[in-house]
Amino acid sequence: MEKKKNKFLSNKGFMIFAFLALLIILASVFAPLICHGVDPTDGDLANSIMAPSREHPFGTDKMGRDIFARVIYGSRTSLVSTFSLVITIFVIGTFLGILAGYFGGWVDAVIMRIADMMIAFPGLVLAIAVAGLLGASTKNAIIAISVVSWPKYARLARSLVMKIRHTDFVAAAQVTGSKTGYMLWKYMLPNTITTLVITAATDIGSMMMELAALSFLGFGAQAPTPEWGSMLNEGRNFMSSAPWMMIYPGLAIFITVVIFNMLGDNLRDILDPKTE
Amino acid sequence: MGKKQLASRLLQMLIVLIGISFLTFLLTYLSPGDPVRHMYLAQGRMPDEAMVAQQREEMGLNDPFLQQYVRWLGNCLKGDFGKSYSLNKPVVSLLSARLWPTLKLTLMSMALMLIISVPLGVLSAVYRNKPIDYIVRAITFFGVSIPNFWVGLLLILYFCVKLRLLPVVSSGGSFKDLILPAVTLAIAMSAKYTRQVRTAVLEELSSDYVVGARARGVKEGKILWGNVFPNSLLPLITMLGLSIGSLLGGTSVVEVIFSYPGLGKLAVDAITSADYFLVQGYVLWVSVLYMVVNLLVDLSYNYIDPRMRLRR
Repeated sequence: MEKKKNKFLSNKGFMIFAFLALLIILASVFAPLICHGVDPTDGDLANSIMAPSREHPFGTDKMGRDIFARVIYGSRTSLVSTFSLVITIFVIGTFLGILAGYFGGWVDAVIMRIADMMIAFPGLVLAIAVAGLLGASTKNAIIAISVVSWPKYARLARSLVMKIRHTDFVAAAQVTGSKTGYMLWKYMLPNTITTLVITAATDIGSMMMELAALSFLGFGAQAPTPEWGSMLNEGRNFMSSAPWMMIYPGLAIFITVVIFNMLGDNLRDILDPKTE
Repeated sequence: MGKKQLASRLLQMLIVLIGISFLTFLLTYLSPGDPVRHMYLAQGRMPDEAMVAQQREEMGLNDPFLQQYVRWLGNCLKGDFGKSYSLNKPVVSLLSARLWPTLKLTLMSMALMLIISVPLGVLSAVYRNKPIDYIVRAITFFGVSIPNFWVGLLLILYFCVKLRLLPVVSSGGSFKDLILPAVTLAIAMSAKYTRQVRTAVLEELSSDYVVGARARGVKEGKILWGNVFPNSLLPLITMLGLSIGSLLGGTSVVEVIFSYPGLGKLAVDAITSADYFLVQGYVLWVSVLYMVVNLLVDLSYNYIDPRMRLRR
């Protein structure tokens, strides 16, 4: 454990991006402080569509709401929904993959055929259909992307479990009477977890973009909740008169995705030195 | 791929298709809206209870779920995907009218992607860990981190609003209308693909026959384009097939931004107006298309890789 800690601390890239990611998380937690108590949903029609100024650093939107406050508060929606999404697909995918790999037979067949079905299918099409048909909300957007994203984790977990399934130490543990639950928890899970955590970490950025894309299409967070994707959609109609309405939310997505992608890549380098 | 493999592959496709059709139907069945009410509202009529009840009975919406599903699937197999009530036209004619614009956009962005990413990927593999490699890697890194709908908006802002070079709303007819949507799609894909080209070429470059060829004094250019590149084609074609698939679904966002009259825009509009038959038809069509493309990609291995033919 001691050695592992040093590995994290001595990796400069990882520390820098971990720090930046922490900054974003802190910004979303302390949003009211950063915005000096400006309410992101509180509009003032007298101040609608104002260019960036000292009072409104990022300008205001058509309802006169402060875009800076909306971008900062928007990080809450984005971060919470992205992390819920990644954790959901991580847990479901790992669980089903371990079951499929450990038990084999019909359990494996059923789980993996369903996974194949999801993979043999262009992801965003189904996600849009799910989100649209279930009704537009952040929760349904998360469900929609989970439905099409878990198979990747299940396949990975399954292949990792299959690798150790027929080794001697597993057979020995079974012979000495370890219960199935104990086998899964103590032997199978630890052998898959590192690779899966790396995958999850590198997925954060792209998942954030997919959620934003759904919101942009109107199938995610609903007004007046500040969310970057839906802010871009609102800004689209005022492109020539108020370009700031679409520049800052987009920049926020871009910067956040870059930071989390870098963090994921560095994490992979630390935990899995084999890959480049 | 032998005949036997092909047969089992087709059977698999059939099973997946049935699964997908079941899932789509289940989703529309479970969705909170009432299609009959939406239909009346789309026609601009205020539905009253008696009318709704009668129409529901006529459309068979009160039948058990499985019965409805089997009837719908049977109609689909006969080529009848129902009628879109928001546009008041058969789903088949709507989808087929939009198919070509989306295919055109897909092909155009694929072509752009290949033009950008193959040279960049090869270049950065050959000059590994040199400045050029770092630059290419930095560009691809930003390329995968930038949301394509934002790229699209920025392109519109610059080329249509500021410079007034290109039309903001594309009718999908002319070449000019295709440029910006295709560029938008190509940027994110090129970034991913460049990385994959680089990895594939690097892997080939490190194999023994390259060392041998160099030792015999074969020219570097000949090794690269005569041996290394053809050998790294196989994984690249697989990925190309996969990206066609993700494009078919992924165009919707870009189509919405540019008001491009393709399948994706149609689907988003259909969902917004709760046009269930249209959504179901769209999902089925795209999945069939996707599977056919993947099958063709697998079949193409036979021609690209002679080993595949020998193995039979």
